[in-house]
Amino acid sequence: MSILPIVQTVQVKAAPARAFELFAGRMGEWWPRGKTVGQNPHVEIVIEPRADGRWFERDADGNETQWGKVLAWEPPSRLLLGWQLNTQWRYDADFVTEVELSFAPADGGGTLVTLEHRNLERFGTDAAERRKSLDGGWPTMLGAFTRYARE
Amino acid sequence: MAYESTARASFAALGDPTRRGIFERVAARPAPVGELARGLPVSRPAVSQHLRVLKEAGLVTETLEGTRRIYRIDPRGITAMRDWLDAQWASALAAFKDFADQDTEQEKPE
Repeated sequence: MSILPIVQTVQVKAAPARAFELFAGRMGEWWPRGKTVGQNPHVEIVIEPRADGRWFERDADGNETQWGKVLAWEPPSRLLLGWQLNTQWRYDADFVTEVELSFAPADGGGTLVTLEHRNLERFGTDAAERRKSLDGGWPTMLGAFTRYARE
Repeated sequence: MAYESTARASFAALGDPTRRGIFERVAARPAPVGELARGLPVSRPAVSQHLRVLKEAGLVTETLEGTRRIYRIDPRGITAMRDWLDAQWASALAAFKDFADQDTEQEKPE
């Protein structure tokens, strides 16, 4: 079973370089509160500005919770992130789905930001050996899903 | 609204760990109840009960093959889950737009 990628666009007034900077450099300031992974509220979400950099949140006590990694760091036009939160809504170094952001100049000086979250079928094959034969599916999304269900 | 209620029913159905485990088994491979119950620390009637809840939540569907009922993932449930992730990104991007546009307004000389 293959799953269509999630594709979304949003237009902002800032120029691409600034939009990229705000998106990647100050994620902790704009990411919706309570929609993070750590035990405690985040005070910062860090995307290390280089390929292979880490992507993680940090709480007030300095505890870090990993989200994934930077696959490509190409300001001002492109950012490719590896989303490594598995079915348990936990970081898994062996699991990765791609989230690609592109920042294109829009009419009037703004930026068209396009997000594509792909490889969603991989959520069906992380973690358990018993699911090795799975040709896609959503069991690995369930942790996240139910986490929100409880809220 | 239809999506909302489908997603909410799915959330509720998967809140129970045993039921979630059964759903994962169905997701891994379509199977009859006996096979799904094998190795689980709950009785077969209990598994049937959980399957009924999953079915009502639109996550699992059953088909008759000969005399056996085979349970498999209901694509409508999978769509609801993808929609859920989609909604998370929509809310994140909306928050980003608010933040970025506010930043731009502040940067503008009066």
